[in-house]
Amino acid sequence: MGHGPTQPFIKRMFTTTNHKDLGALYLIFALIMFLVGGFFALVIRAELFAPGLQLVDPNFFNQMTTLHGLIMVFGAVMPAFVGLANYMVPLMVGAPDMALPRLNNWSFWILPFAFGILIFAAIKSFLGMGDAPNFGWTFYAPLSTKFGPESTDFFIFSVHMMGVSSIMGAVNVIVTIFNMRAPGMTLMKMPLFVWTWLITAFLLIAVMPVLAGVVTMMLTDRHFGTSFFDAAGGGDPVLFQHIFWFFGHPEVYIMILPSFGIVSAIIPAFARKPLFGYASMVYATASIAFLSFLVWAHHMFTVGLPLAGNLFYMYMTMLIAVPTGVKVFNWVATMWKGSMTFETPMLFAIAFVILFTIGGFSGLMLAIAPVDQQYHDTYFVVAHFHYVLVSGAVFSIMAAVYYWLPKWVGRMYNEKLAKIHFWFSLISVNVLFFPMHFIGLAGMPRRYADYAVQFADWNQLASIGGFAFGLSQLIFVWVIIDCCVLKKGEKATDQVWEGAEGLEWTLPSPAPYHSFTTPPVVK
Amino acid sequence: MATPEQQEANNRLIKKLSLIVVGMFVFAIGILPPLYDVICDITGLNGKTSNEAAAVEEAVVDEERQITVMFIADTDPGMPWEFKPVTRSIKVHPGEIKKIDFRVTNNTNDWLVGQAIPSVSPAQATPHFKKTECFCFNEQELDGNSEKDMPLIFYIDPDLPKSVTTVTLSYQLFNITDRVVDAKKAVAAY
Repeated sequence: MGHGPTQPFIKRMFTTTNHKDLGALYLIFALIMFLVGGFFALVIRAELFAPGLQLVDPNFFNQMTTLHGLIMVFGAVMPAFVGLANYMVPLMVGAPDMALPRLNNWSFWILPFAFGILIFAAIKSFLGMGDAPNFGWTFYAPLSTKFGPESTDFFIFSVHMMGVSSIMGAVNVIVTIFNMRAPGMTLMKMPLFVWTWLITAFLLIAVMPVLAGVVTMMLTDRHFGTSFFDAAGGGDPVLFQHIFWFFGHPEVYIMILPSFGIVSAIIPAFARKPLFGYASMVYATASIAFLSFLVWAHHMFTVGLPLAGNLFYMYMTMLIAVPTGVKVFNWVATMWKGSMTFETPMLFAIAFVILFTIGGFSGLMLAIAPVDQQYHDTYFVVAHFHYVLVSGAVFSIMAAVYYWLPKWVGRMYNEKLAKIHFWFSLISVNVLFFPMHFIGLAGMPRRYADYAVQFADWNQLASIGGFAFGLSQLIFVWVIIDCCVLKKGEKATDQVWEGAEGLEWTLPSPAPYHSFTTPPVVK
Repeated sequence: MATPEQQEANNRLIKKLSLIVVGMFVFAIGILPPLYDVICDITGLNGKTSNEAAAVEEAVVDEERQITVMFIADTDPGMPWEFKPVTRSIKVHPGEIKKIDFRVTNNTNDWLVGQAIPSVSPAQATPHFKKTECFCFNEQELDGNSEKDMPLIFYIDPDLPKSVTTVTLSYQLFNITDRVVDAKKAVAAY
């Protein structure tokens, strides 16, 4: 024990191979991207505050929706989870570091360049020097191949780099979990966060190469005379949708499975009861991951699949509600008759359970193929996936940050401010996204800069909620700066939370730079 | 520091995982597109009719049924020709052979090459739409400021499911002049 870092963080961050340094870098990067992507979202909501075109032209609006989606998915949510895995997985399984520390450094440092390229395209567009990608984050062909702006090639290169980074990160997590567990830490003793990340990592190495494949085909279609997605040369644009969603559906579970792990750590700690149904949680996670490969065409109910295809994908999609329902049941059962207290991580975790379930229910509505004919590409879909991704994935990340921050920095955060952050976020996120259900059911299509006047009131309300939610996140940033940089807050104990269990809480707070150099024994 | 045994175990696992990564990339790029084509060929799901002429069979004409066949012709934004069916819609008996003309007009001053891509709706009808001759089997050339009628000879296979009473055949005409010229240049250079 005892060897700390020899250089300050700013100096060592480029060459560091320490899992705690890299975990912190990932999380800081994700926070910056969250704010950038959020800024783009506010441009969207400002334009949609009133019908008609006020602030931006439709082409620029489309660039904002595209970049908002790409940056939030690949730049904020995924790196935040990888950061949490980097920091927490070695601590939770009793390993001294990740299995492949040098690879770890590399997979992080690819990211700023990948997103630098995308943001460069956005800046170019701001300055009027050519459009940024404007075809939506799903980049359907032929919109992105034949009609894509020149910066589409930046986009392709950027996606390749993100893919390489994610794959290396996933390989690292798997090798760490399989080969670096402390003696006695059998697979079925691992904390659920480790389990969900193990399964997520397998999803990543299975589908990120498919994403790389689809953008490679776009590249050759654009420049090297192939016709994968070009009907004129014998290809088919619908093929693009099949391959994209074969990646895309597992991808959305990549963004939610680690959340399940986080919530399964936090709820038992603050309910002061062990997690209800641990084994069923593991099996439910594995079944969700397996089913995610069999449902991709539910994103394509309107392309003209045969009846048998629509029915198959509809039933498979509904089947996913079963393991997900098991999870929600287990979380509620864990809280049942527990001695609950409501510190900020617990508040976010409970909000996650409720709001994620609302998003799950709207997902079930969308899964019904005949009604999806009406819901497809409306704001109802936007409401659905923002409920599962913002009040789902993002809320769980915030819960995780509040839960483990005292362990990372050795000081408690400002609980009062954090609670204000929670309540502001909770109310504004619902004001922002709930009205979208109504305007979606009423028929407002997504991805347009303008809309019919009948949708004006709900859009106005959503925009107010959007700005309130955006500004509330500045409180989050302040709480983190207050705790990490200004070093305010009282010293945290090793245990931090009364009911917290797991190897990470046996270490001192802050967790030493090198931990578990001799492996702990797990009984 | 990892022990040599651990290092070796790590390397073995990394090799296996890398195989999955490479395998999935190959699957996406090399297996899925041909597989999709094969499935569509068999089922007719994407509405693409066969690129080869069907044999002219002395099929039994089913006088009992009458099918409405509608024709749609579109041009891709990159194609300046005018393109339309001379007859918009006809009624046929299954098994009956019919000829339809599609008219193209090249109002530009340039020689251009076009390729028409068919699509049949509903998809269940695709395998039963038999073409014995079609302008879509070949590239079509047209000099500037000229016009021509392109023939399509087809019959509807009597096996067409009973539920289908209307079949729509749509063509989209693409400008492939650049591709043809480039290919010729490449051959010449060779």
